[in-house]
Amino acid sequence: MNTKSISTSRPRKLVIHETVTSYLFLLPFLLFFVLFVIYPMFMCVFTSFFDATMGREDIFIGFENYKRLFADKVFWIALKNTMIIVLVSVPVTCAFSLWVASVISKMPVAATSVFRCIFYLPVVTGSVAVTMVWKWMYNNYYGIFNYLGTNMGILDKNINWLGDPKYALGCIILILLTTSVGQPIVLYVSALDNVDKSLVEAAAVDGATSFQAFWKVKWPQMMPTTLYILIITMINSFQCFALIQLLTQGGPSNSTMTIMFYIYYNAFKLFDYGYGNAMGVILAIIIAILSAIQFKVAAEK
Amino acid sequence: MSNKQKTENENSKDKIYYVLSFIAVLIIAILFTFPLYWIITGAFKTGKEINAAAPVWFPTEWVVDNFSRLMGKRTAPILGWELGNITIGAATIPGALRWLLNTVFMCVASMLLTCITSAMAGYVLAKKRFFGRATLFTLVVCAMALPKQVILIPLLREMNALHLADTAWAVIFPVVGWPFGVFLLKQFAEGIPTEMMEACRIDGANEWRTFTDVIFPMIKPGVGACAIFTFISAWNDYFMQLIMLTSSEKLSIAVGIATMQGESSTDYGLLMAGAALASVPIIIVFLIFQKYFTKGITMGAVKG
Amino acid sequence: MKKLLALLLVGAMSLSLVACGGSTNEAPAEEAAPATEEAAAEEAPAEEEAPAEEAAAASEITLWTYPIGNWGDQATLDTLLADFEAATGIKVNVDFLTYADGDDKVNAALEAGTAPDLIMEGPERLVANWGAKGKMVDISDLIDDTDKAEINPAALAACFDAAGACYEYPLVMTAHCMAINKTTFEAADAMQYIDAETHTWTTENFLKAMEAVNAYTGTQVGAVYCVGQGGDQGTRALVNNLYGGTFTDAEHTKYTWDDPKNVQALEKLVEMDSINFDAGIAGGDEIALFYNGTLDVAFCWNIAQQLNPNSANTGAGLTLEGDEIMFMAFPSENGTDTKLQGGIWGFGVFDNGDAAKIEAAKTFIKYMCDSEKTADAVKAANYFAVRDTAEGADLSGIWADNEIMAEYNVLMPYLGDYYQVTTGWAEARTQWWNMLQQVGAGNDVATVVAEYCGNANAATGN
Repeated sequence: MNTKSISTSRPRKLVIHETVTSYLFLLPFLLFFVLFVIYPMFMCVFTSFFDATMGREDIFIGFENYKRLFADKVFWIALKNTMIIVLVSVPVTCAFSLWVASVISKMPVAATSVFRCIFYLPVVTGSVAVTMVWKWMYNNYYGIFNYLGTNMGILDKNINWLGDPKYALGCIILILLTTSVGQPIVLYVSALDNVDKSLVEAAAVDGATSFQAFWKVKWPQMMPTTLYILIITMINSFQCFALIQLLTQGGPSNSTMTIMFYIYYNAFKLFDYGYGNAMGVILAIIIAILSAIQFKVAAEK
Repeated sequence: MSNKQKTENENSKDKIYYVLSFIAVLIIAILFTFPLYWIITGAFKTGKEINAAAPVWFPTEWVVDNFSRLMGKRTAPILGWELGNITIGAATIPGALRWLLNTVFMCVASMLLTCITSAMAGYVLAKKRFFGRATLFTLVVCAMALPKQVILIPLLREMNALHLADTAWAVIFPVVGWPFGVFLLKQFAEGIPTEMMEACRIDGANEWRTFTDVIFPMIKPGVGACAIFTFISAWNDYFMQLIMLTSSEKLSIAVGIATMQGESSTDYGLLMAGAALASVPIIIVFLIFQKYFTKGITMGAVKG
Repeated sequence: MKKLLALLLVGAMSLSLVACGGSTNEAPAEEAAPATEEAAAEEAPAEEEAPAEEAAAASEITLWTYPIGNWGDQATLDTLLADFEAATGIKVNVDFLTYADGDDKVNAALEAGTAPDLIMEGPERLVANWGAKGKMVDISDLIDDTDKAEINPAALAACFDAAGACYEYPLVMTAHCMAINKTTFEAADAMQYIDAETHTWTTENFLKAMEAVNAYTGTQVGAVYCVGQGGDQGTRALVNNLYGGTFTDAEHTKYTWDDPKNVQALEKLVEMDSINFDAGIAGGDEIALFYNGTLDVAFCWNIAQQLNPNSANTGAGLTLEGDEIMFMAFPSENGTDTKLQGGIWGFGVFDNGDAAKIEAAKTFIKYMCDSEKTADAVKAANYFAVRDTAEGADLSGIWADNEIMAEYNVLMPYLGDYYQVTTGWAEARTQWWNMLQQVGAGNDVATVVAEYCGNANAATGN
């Protein structure tokens, strides 16, 4: 839309000049982007139409991999689990970060800074190290949850947190939450600072409670931040992989099987590259559609 | 009168809510610091305490055994650059230190390259109207959605063809190509008033001068945020490092430490010391830059 | 207008894609071609002058090794490889893999053409996986009649595929077993159920012993770990031996673990109070739990753990609390018909299309596995040699000075069939631990076993 109106209203020469300049500026990025992201991405889509495995020539099979996908019981379980992770972790991450931010933003500057760092620590520490500690905390025999739970009388007996299909996915989501709230909290703290103070005061004069002032005045102003957080958190939740690989391998009884882990399992353990890539394409399409919807909503607001 | 009373009521209610929330946040914050606390204390525990079934909350005796095992198990040349018959930096150091150097190099190089390319690309995507802009932006978003696992094998093939496999560049280049930085800095650059650019044009500054002297300073906080993001994600990019790097002296710290594990039993002390060594430097980097960084990502998001 | 230009842009992009696609395909070919020619050229005259083995070996090769004893330790390897370089002039660059993600790395490297020249692991990977996929060099020319006579026949057989190609030259072997906390067993008066001389026990006595220990400690004694494939040889051996079931048929063409005897064993294990199925841990975690005294038996054990239970050299055969660890054969109906899972490790050569490097790799294998230096290579691995003599050097006594190794030798006669080379092994392993999870969750054993064994057989193509 925008491009069209400009291209017709502006002189042709200027448009060409702009395009040439733009591509000169884009050149360094495009070099890396095309070579190391778009090309392998293209290969991934390409391979998804083949029966590709190790040790023999790929066989073209059209949409067979995609058809097979729809008949694959485990794929649907993986899709369901992935959706559960996204549907739980995205709103919870947002709400939790907003709450923490609203509490810590009222503190003295130094304290706010300290808390912001603390909530960012799991991101910085790296998932391998953090997961190692969580694995110990969840341990069936002497993990901290069972230790505290049974000593404080909350639990009757030890729960095998990661070994029980009832709890495993919840446990994974909890770790995922701790590694994904860091950035949203930082963002919300600053967004709350940036809210137009005169509007809040005006609301207070009108007799609004602080709760009302928050929802009526502050919340709408923070909408762009919220949308940004939604998209980033959504992509991260969809791509949750390291936790599953290190902790449960998709088990017990497929209760933590996610699409990302199933892709890895098919490609790297069963050498079914075509099938794994087909799943990757489907996952990317789902994420892209959901992102597009959120961009649209953002544009309208 | 009654209005005032109501406000006072509200105020005391607010206070109670606030105190309760503060306590809750404090408790949760402790949970968040716990993994790091456990890793660092674990790294200094004796074998007996780290393997014990009942949790040892605080080491009764601080030992450096775990670190000496970590440093002693592998060695590597400090640089090992071969120029003809001469090798520069052939002196041997513990493998873990070499891996740390490698990782810092990979992260710094990824960070610098990403910041430069993303700043230029983000600026034109936000401020210029050119043919193919919408298509390019769609591609940028689609690429962020693609799971990295599926592109690894084609990527490795490509690196091999370009004679880059088993070099730091094989890890760096895909990070630079990953379009997150462009997305972030585009959001930033959108906040720049168009009049600024017009003014430059009238002054007769060329496009490059406009970018370096006017645009870049304005998106600097965004570039700072982009720098930290790239640094942290490059540091934690385990799978890419595992697949791309093979020679012992070229490994990253995380991959290198993993290769020190035995057959099936686990040396937890070594694992903790390794994790501490791998995470402490990046935490320091984060603490140093956090002010700058906070300002940076906030502006990017709010202006989006 | 806009559409047209968008199309043009896409066109330009795909052109650039084609361009780099072209380069990716061409470059390795260009690179490989001269190398093979060169090697062939060198090899041809050499064959006339000297025996082929010595001919045209490359001067530098790469070895990837999994952490097999001290073959995962840099200092030990540096010495071994320096000796090798001094003797042959071939420099070996060694890189270390882990069991956690080494396979991913090798598979990616194979796909990309960056695989090493040599790899050290067992037949399940070298023969059943990479060999079956045509990625390895047939090294049967290295094995002559003397070698065939000297090498343990079971170990050697596992290194050959059905068509008679050899993808691994075996160096060392061991028997995987289980372990008990002897101190606790003594306290629980359960040692009466054990033949301490032969390290064996009958199924009946095993059940009694577990009950006794459980009654004494009041806690779980052992765990059927099943979060993943790590250490699964232990759970397979436990289930198979209890009532004499089998895992595959003798020809290694079909999975037979749906055998009623295995169902019976699994039903028994589910019903036991002393044993729980644990879908939260793998073999490595079980060892850690056994080491710190949480569990009193471990099903994932072998001589390596007996010598160094926590990888940190805190004392052979001792737990964290200093309890005595006793290695045991898996229980079977009459105690002595137990069939232990073998571990066989040796070297394979990846086919990277470079004859000179293949020659050098073969020289390396000959040096390590069949020369007077073999003793050092075996000692580095901390396992037992697969042969008693190598080129006249006696290997039978190399562990004579090590009491634990010497004692462990009593288990070696129980080595069973090495069935890990059955087709579809990777898939079958996954089915196995998934099945254990289902059994542990309380589902009907016979149904679950039939379903998962069926899945595994489907993967063999039968």
